[in-house]
Amino acid sequence: MAEARGTSRWVVLTVLVLLAMYAVVPLWWLLVAATKSRSDLYSTSGLWFADFNLWQNLGALFTYQDGIFTRWLWNTVVYAGLGSSGLTVVALAAGYGLAKYSYRGRGFTMGLIIGSFLIPGSLLIVPTFLLFSRIGLYDTIWAMILPGMFGSFSVYLAKVYAEGAVPSELMDAARIDGAGEYRIFLSIGARLMSTAAATIFLLHFVASWNTFMWPLVFLKGAEKWPVMLGLYSWLQRGTDSQYDLTGLVITASLVSTVPMVLLMISMQRYWRSGLTIGSLK
Amino acid sequence: MPTTTSAGPGAGRAMGKGAAGSPRTPRLRRRRTVQALKGASLTFPFLVGFALFVMVPVVMALRESVFATRSTGGLGFGGQTVTFVGLDNFAKGFQDPVFWGGMLRVLVYALVAVPLTQLLSLACALLLDAARRRTAARFRVVLLLPYMVPGIIATLIWLFQYSPAVGPLSDLFRIFGLELNFYSGDLVWVSIGNMALWGALGFNMLILNGALQSVPHEIFEAARLDGAGELRIAVSIKVPFVRGSLVLTSLLSIIGTLQLFNEPLLFRAVTPETITKDFTPAMMIYNQAFQVGDLNYATALSVILAVVVGVASAVIYRSTSRGQA
Repeated sequence: MAEARGTSRWVVLTVLVLLAMYAVVPLWWLLVAATKSRSDLYSTSGLWFADFNLWQNLGALFTYQDGIFTRWLWNTVVYAGLGSSGLTVVALAAGYGLAKYSYRGRGFTMGLIIGSFLIPGSLLIVPTFLLFSRIGLYDTIWAMILPGMFGSFSVYLAKVYAEGAVPSELMDAARIDGAGEYRIFLSIGARLMSTAAATIFLLHFVASWNTFMWPLVFLKGAEKWPVMLGLYSWLQRGTDSQYDLTGLVITASLVSTVPMVLLMISMQRYWRSGLTIGSLK
Repeated sequence: MPTTTSAGPGAGRAMGKGAAGSPRTPRLRRRRTVQALKGASLTFPFLVGFALFVMVPVVMALRESVFATRSTGGLGFGGQTVTFVGLDNFAKGFQDPVFWGGMLRVLVYALVAVPLTQLLSLACALLLDAARRRTAARFRVVLLLPYMVPGIIATLIWLFQYSPAVGPLSDLFRIFGLELNFYSGDLVWVSIGNMALWGALGFNMLILNGALQSVPHEIFEAARLDGAGELRIAVSIKVPFVRGSLVLTSLLSIIGTLQLFNEPLLFRAVTPETITKDFTPAMMIYNQAFQVGDLNYATALSVILAVVVGVASAVIYRSTSRGQA
């Protein structure tokens, strides 16, 4: 690799610093704005602190409307947690089955999986609404948890990973020792695929935390909403009522972003490996 | 020819080697079939869920779009009749100027914003490739921060940045004597585009940079010996090398952009004069289905949008892979 020296090194460094500022300044603004009282928010410069008002803002956020925000956070954690756990189990089993066994219909299943990558999400939303209304899933928490458990991309990821991580010789050895196929999967396959499991869980957990259109269509009652939909409702109400919710939206944005950033930073190696598998194959 | 006579554990050994002709064959074959069936059964939970939550809705989309639901009584008090109308909904959709207005909007936006984002990411990735590896690593987490922020929150943050009341951007441009309204019809696509760029730039750049690092060094040496400069090496060797991942990520972002929904909907909460309720195709589908209540028409529009997305992907894929061959 060519390592630039002298002037060009400084050019590189300058551009990197500018890019880093572009990335960070809006987040810095959010952090600063969350510490301001309502009057300071409008009267002081956005990029530096005024009177430190963060604790009062947090208090206001968590007590507003009998603590509905806590409810939204909890819902988000439940939907993301249950959905991701279910998906991980389903995808690991399916990916392992597809990778390690040959049977009639395997090619067809792979065809379905690859083909489903071509279905745009917006095609499904209206018919899914009709389906859920008919089978009684509309406006239930299951509308948020169940559909995400059968993501074909996760199965694909698990299959690619199983091909590389689970040696067939090891499975044969277990068979000689008298282990059944399900036992082999549970005690050998699933364990060897723990990295894939963490990746699948993490990617879906994050996607589920961020999901917006799905709850917008499928959940009516505010007590079932996840946090992103709740924030949208505050943004909407803040602009057409006399009561200003801007401060609440800002503090809530900070509170619902911090867990994601911490999670993503601490689990970098999982989601980055997942993306590499996805983009290479 | 392996002749495994003992039953039990020993029989398994012969399996992998193929014991054709041995007296145990039928039993082994049956055992293998059972094995394969058990393996296949591991995919059943997925297949059941996939059938219910993906295949059934796709079939329903095709079915619902050829029917129409009409209220028979006045003011919605009467019953509803569902009649087969063939391709009427599609004919209506193909002639709907509002729907195609939205389609044109997202198409033009996608054709401008996506290549621009990719080019900028590529330029930054090439630049980063020229930096020391350690320098790049130091900036990694910071540049990835926007990618970690939930999309809705990113939109909210930028809505506030653009806001004349609380955001710093209006003040910043006023210093240069510019009175900009980021919510106005002229600037709203720039505002949305900048938001998308903010979310994607650092991430794309690091993905491309990773791809660049897998280019074999010997090629550079050979090119240098032949008298190629660094710029020439970048354009003629590095760029073709990452072309595959560039095409893939462009394709994915164009597919996403054609279905744009969340960002304009949040903008609409702040600036309903600029962002109409049918601003993008996905917004119009949402509006037809859940505000107007015409689910049949909304489904037909969804199918049309899916076809447009498919055609656009095919065209881009064809036109970019032709040059490669």
